Amino acid sequence: MDLELDGLTVTASGRRLIADIDAHVRSGQLVGLVGPNGSGKSSTLRCVFRTLTPNRGTVRLGGEDVAGMSLRDSARMIAALTQESQPEFDFTAAEVVTMGRAPHKSTFARHDDEDRRIRARALSEVGCEHLAERDFRTLSGGERQRVLIARALAQQPQVLVLDEPTNHLDIRHQLDVLALVHRLGLTTVTALHDLNMAASWCDRVHVLDRGRIVAAGPPREVLTPEIVREVFGVRAHVVDHPGTGAPQLLFEPSRPAA
Amino acid sequence: MSAPTKAPETEVDSSPVEGSPSEHGRLLLTLAVALVVLAASVIGGVALGPTSIAPGKALSLLHEALRGGVVSAEDAGTYAIVWNIRLPRVLLAAVVGAGLSTVGVAVQAMVRNALADPFVLGISSGASVGASAVALFGFLGALGLYALSTAAFLGALGATLLVYLIARSGGGLAPLRLVLTGTALSYGFSAITTLMVFRAPNGNAAQSTLFWLLGSLGGVTWSSLPVATVVVALGIGYLLLSARRLNALSMGDETATTLGVAPERLRRELFVVTAAVTGVVVAVSGAVGFVGLMLPHLVRLVTGSDHRRVLLLAPPAGAIFLVWVDVLARTLAAPEELPLGVITAAIGVPCFLLLMSRRGYSFGGR
Repeated sequence: MDLELDGLTVTASGRRLIADIDAHVRSGQLVGLVGPNGSGKSSTLRCVFRTLTPNRGTVRLGGEDVAGMSLRDSARMIAALTQESQPEFDFTAAEVVTMGRAPHKSTFARHDDEDRRIRARALSEVGCEHLAERDFRTLSGGERQRVLIARALAQQPQVLVLDEPTNHLDIRHQLDVLALVHRLGLTTVTALHDLNMAASWCDRVHVLDRGRIVAAGPPREVLTPEIVREVFGVRAHVVDHPGTGAPQLLFEPSRPAA
Repeated sequence: MSAPTKAPETEVDSSPVEGSPSEHGRLLLTLAVALVVLAASVIGGVALGPTSIAPGKALSLLHEALRGGVVSAEDAGTYAIVWNIRLPRVLLAAVVGAGLSTVGVAVQAMVRNALADPFVLGISSGASVGASAVALFGFLGALGLYALSTAAFLGALGATLLVYLIARSGGGLAPLRLVLTGTALSYGFSAITTLMVFRAPNGNAAQSTLFWLLGSLGGVTWSSLPVATVVVALGIGYLLLSARRLNALSMGDETATTLGVAPERLRRELFVVTAAVTGVVVAVSGAVGFVGLMLPHLVRLVTGSDHRRVLLLAPPAGAIFLVWVDVLARTLAAPEELPLGVITAAIGVPCFLLLMSRRGYSFGGR
């Protein structure tokens, strides 16, 4: 299902967080949002998973404006990993994944075999069956992200929204999480800090700067030395990855001012 | 990142998966056991007291009372104790315990803080102001016997409203803001209560007010039961139906939203429900501390943190606990009565310290 962001603008306490954000994520695509801190990546994603209401513009899913849907209805189609830290109570990983069923259950409905099957499948899809009974808070960062992705899968969504899913992870787990997301093949929008990760995994990349999209397209067209210098203030060279052929950036170490 | 393992992997594999049929059966079994223990506790609570009555005798008298039978003349005195004094008191203890422990679970989820209890929102200290005004200065005298509980309820309601309005004015009911507002206002209300006790025209009244503040079920009659029971039952029912939403809320406001739960709206609903239940409970029993803080944690030790299970066991657990606390309050220093708050603290503090020293239970600490 296609996800379209059309002219999203958010102003909070007099400050413009994002302005005129347009993006079209085609079904099955993995689209990355990159940009410096405070460039509006999270604000854009928040409009999609509805913790922020845009002052102007629309988010459309399969052509339908999500603003017209109930939270429960949109939660059945859009699953998200936010940047929120840990829960306050010691839920097991299985319980966390079960929460993904919430938007599918009415107030009086009980969890049935179908829900248990979906949970088991979600856990196995992220390779975490063995963690089911572990306290979620004692899991490592990488395991935690996998379990949260399993929760998202339990929502049986059309679209996955990830807000910096590789934050605080070591390199192996960063690759691990993105490979997993790529393999799932869902329509996905993700904010990423690491430009080379974006270049390796994303079908398209949107570069944000001070709340606006300044470039969008396939990584090779967008992650150019010119744009990187303009947006991040860093000199970079582009080389081809010897293994994958993906464009990769090599950054010039900045010299201390004389 | 240090990640202490809770249990060895081999053990993990053999344990039933949450929500599987066997796990479900175990939960129902635990609930059944809790209800049986509760029934036994009620009978025990009726039998025990300054005048001890054999449990069998108590049971047969209760049976007669329920089927409208006749009691012999020699049993008339015992019957009066059992039916008019002990039973309503024990039942109210169960209702109060169930209410406080369940509301404790809800408040901890609502403010996302494992150290919160029903009184963190300023409800009990507000009730105390109302009750003290009646006990010390004879406000609402026209209401007679009901003056104290009415005033306590009005005080609780007023305090809750004030906390709500102040906490909300920052835009949304942020959990930390709620806790801080409640705590700050509690100090204010306590100061007012203390001032009233000091300025009281009559020393006896001051002492009885202090006694009430620490919780007591002395002088409970059947008339205290219906309102409290209905409100507590409705509150528990509502919370049970909201268990899934409470789980989502525990993960954070943003996550809750992405799971289809509007956090602001849920928190508003929880606020109303906890205020109503706590207000009614405090009105009939005074401010019994520690139950709403400790019982949720004890229950979580047995059930884990999933609110669908915690909320099923919290009511009977709280009920059993408070029935026995009240028995101790009546018997330990008979014929004098001890305030319930003293007993809950005497049991609760060591329990809590024991819990804290236990490995693997983190109280929600990081």
